[in-house]
Amino acid sequence: MIRLFANANYDFIRWRRWAYGLTAAIIIPGFALFLVHGLNYSIEFTGGTLIQVQTKEAVGTERIRSALDAAGIRDAEIQQFGGPTEYKIQARIAKAGVAEGSTEATAAAVDSALARGLGSGPEHYTIVRTEAVGPKVGRELQGKAFLAIFFSFIVTLVYLAFRFEWRFGLAAVLATFHDILTTIAFIRYLDLEVSLVVVGAVLTMVGYSLNDTIIIFDRVRENLHKFRRQNLYEILNLSINETLPRSVLTHGTTMATTIALVLLAGEVLRPFALVMTFAIFTGTFSSIYIAAPLLMYIEKRWPGEDARGARVLRPPGSVPLNPPPAAPGGGGGSGVRSKAAV
Amino acid sequence: MRTIRSRLIAIGILLAIAVWQLIPTNVTQRVRDATTGRMKDTTIRRVPINLGLDLQGGIHLALEVDQSKGPVPDCATAIQLAEKVVRTRIDEFGTTEPVVQIQGRCRLIVELAGEKDPARAKSIIQRTAFLEFRITDMKNLFRDALPEIDKALRRAGVRAPGQGAAAASVTQLFGTDTAKAKGKAQKGKAAAKDTTDLNAPGPLSSLLFQGQLPGEYLVPEEQVPVAESLLARPDVQRLIPRGLELRWGTEVLSRAGRSYRTLYAGEDRPIITGEYLQDAKATRDPLTNQSVVNFTLSRAGGRIFERETGRHVNDYMAIILDGRVQGQPPIIKSQIGQRGQIELGAKPLQDAQDLALVLKAGALPAPLTIIEERTIGPSLGQDSIRDGIHAGIVGVALVVLIMVVYYRVSGLLAVAALVLYVVFTLGGLAGFGFTLTLPGLAGLVLSVGIAVDANVLIFERIREELQHGKLVRTAVDEGFKHAMSAIIDSNVSTLLTAFILWLVGTGPVQGFAITLIIGILASFVTAVFVVRTFYMIWLDRRPDMATLSV
Repeated sequence: MIRLFANANYDFIRWRRWAYGLTAAIIIPGFALFLVHGLNYSIEFTGGTLIQVQTKEAVGTERIRSALDAAGIRDAEIQQFGGPTEYKIQARIAKAGVAEGSTEATAAAVDSALARGLGSGPEHYTIVRTEAVGPKVGRELQGKAFLAIFFSFIVTLVYLAFRFEWRFGLAAVLATFHDILTTIAFIRYLDLEVSLVVVGAVLTMVGYSLNDTIIIFDRVRENLHKFRRQNLYEILNLSINETLPRSVLTHGTTMATTIALVLLAGEVLRPFALVMTFAIFTGTFSSIYIAAPLLMYIEKRWPGEDARGARVLRPPGSVPLNPPPAAPGGGGGSGVRSKAAV
Repeated sequence: MRTIRSRLIAIGILLAIAVWQLIPTNVTQRVRDATTGRMKDTTIRRVPINLGLDLQGGIHLALEVDQSKGPVPDCATAIQLAEKVVRTRIDEFGTTEPVVQIQGRCRLIVELAGEKDPARAKSIIQRTAFLEFRITDMKNLFRDALPEIDKALRRAGVRAPGQGAAAASVTQLFGTDTAKAKGKAQKGKAAAKDTTDLNAPGPLSSLLFQGQLPGEYLVPEEQVPVAESLLARPDVQRLIPRGLELRWGTEVLSRAGRSYRTLYAGEDRPIITGEYLQDAKATRDPLTNQSVVNFTLSRAGGRIFERETGRHVNDYMAIILDGRVQGQPPIIKSQIGQRGQIELGAKPLQDAQDLALVLKAGALPAPLTIIEERTIGPSLGQDSIRDGIHAGIVGVALVVLIMVVYYRVSGLLAVAALVLYVVFTLGGLAGFGFTLTLPGLAGLVLSVGIAVDANVLIFERIREELQHGKLVRTAVDEGFKHAMSAIIDSNVSTLLTAFILWLVGTGPVQGFAITLIIGILASFVTAVFVVRTFYMIWLDRRPDMATLSV
């Protein structure tokens, strides 16, 4: 029988300050870049025209550029997209006040420019995809994406508050918020194009990361009932270690599918798959190093029913061993609270 | 033992439902006939999963009323008019199942799967609507010309289409083919010349059945393409009496289990066109409780209409929008001036509202502007499907490998459940008629990785319980029991985000959300219920099992 990390006993929480440093080192430069350059939004959001061309020979972006220049289309971005015979030409709507419907005219202009530059007909090139999005649709989608992320936060917060108590819920949501920050930094580092599908990936990541935090918190909740003598620091470490084999396995299988998508599923899905792959890392990281310490901090500031939060930051073992509470039922809470004064 | 049996029965029923949804069925599709270039109905067998435009190739258009040349006060009505107009043109698209729907209040979505020429599609959609009223062929000139047309067709070597049993029964239903019978009686000399031809059915007349009013004919739905191609022949066009023109109707009538399309012979000149129409409203007559449409013409239009209707009292007037006769032509009861009323009798008010929309569409053509356009070539869609399937196979193979190596026999049980999971998910997609998009394909692959999470949670828990020295049977029970709260919590949180994605997202993203939602539900059933059942069977066969392969 293969067992990974069985009976592991790592002191995860002890390394929390290192983890804060690490995540700050990822987020802060990423956000600095984000503030300076913004994100590379797809034309779905900015409005504009996208044309994907498949050429018979590998013509190179230079020839396409000169073909477009000759026709006076100057502010288009040209990218190789997948293989050497596929290119993506994008013209964003830069200024406000562009009329609806003008994006289609751009598509037609690009087509005729290519026909002149490369030779017309399917023996030279074929247009395999066109998207023309007016500025109005782009603005609407921006609003919708923002709403989606906002509502998913509210709804999960409410659900967590309903299932756990609010301290757990708050810690989980803050950890998820951290994941969104690191993911934005990641998207910025790789300069991935933010399309609607990528926003979908971010939202899926929100669910996935929460899922991971929930698994650990579920164990914390169980262990809090089971081990009345340990403080929260120990309980958190214990719970993380106990769920470690599960985390390794689940992330392994999910990662197998996302990496398969990155490598094989084609250019359109690649940003989505990359974000999902990163999401697995950051979700795991934040469940252990953000959600758990945050819970400890929150329990310390606003002690919960069994006030073990008050002692959470003491090193393990320094807590005097108390006699087990007389009755674990309703009286348990008050019994623990009285011990907290010791 | 009884619980195992009932669980197996439940799984069997679920599986049967899912497989039933996936059995290839005969689907009627309109396809472009390669030889005639016209649309025709064919039935093909395929797995009933709808592919999104990004997988199938096609055109997606979002249109709004053009407000650049002055604001349009009531865009909701304008877009309803536009929808009506685009629907009447649906047959002009070279596509199988066009989608025309109003999104929100003021936006029209047109999706044309498989259409390759965006310029053509756009010109069809944006063309201004043209409404006209024409008097039908009151003297039955077309019917009288049918024998000549048949003769010409026979000379050209066109044979009547195969006379199946169904066609014969319909002939009986309408009495003997009136058009043919009268033709024979009148043109006796022509028939006498060639007795063999007399008995053979006419190539065209055998397709047409007399309708309820003069100039109205019914054509069996499946014969429509044949009739269309015959009527389009130049030798037939020459023989159609002068001053007459044939127009297809929009109505599909159902008689004795067969559907018929209406064909009208009418005058080639309209008595009035839509430009004179000012308004149309559908109401219900409070006295007779009949649905009526009241319409108003401009003053100039009123004068023309008064003169024309005065000449055509008791004639039928076809309402033609973009060359298609809308509904059944009403009879002109008396001279009409500026204000007229069309009575629809006992028909529902909805029909009257539709007719009012038709009249308005001709009156106020609202120009549409395209605010979003996506065209995906069919080859790109096929590439996407192929890549997605490759990624799926590799991803799933890796998951299977990890599970079996790590959890051995228990891993095999989880993999078996995974097979059921895939069948359930695809069955759910097919059964609810959802559309599979490219992100949906990604969601499907991704959800396989997530689907085993519940099993991992359970297996790890069982391992822990075994380690605590519990007996195999107890360990399995406890493992399932304790893992449940974590499984439910994590599934619900993922479901919630997927649901929001579905609410807020559009098109492809909704497709992703749908596969994720169905995937989560299916994985809950398979990972918990199915795997539990497998364990029960296993433990039942080996009650003395001391160690568990987990």
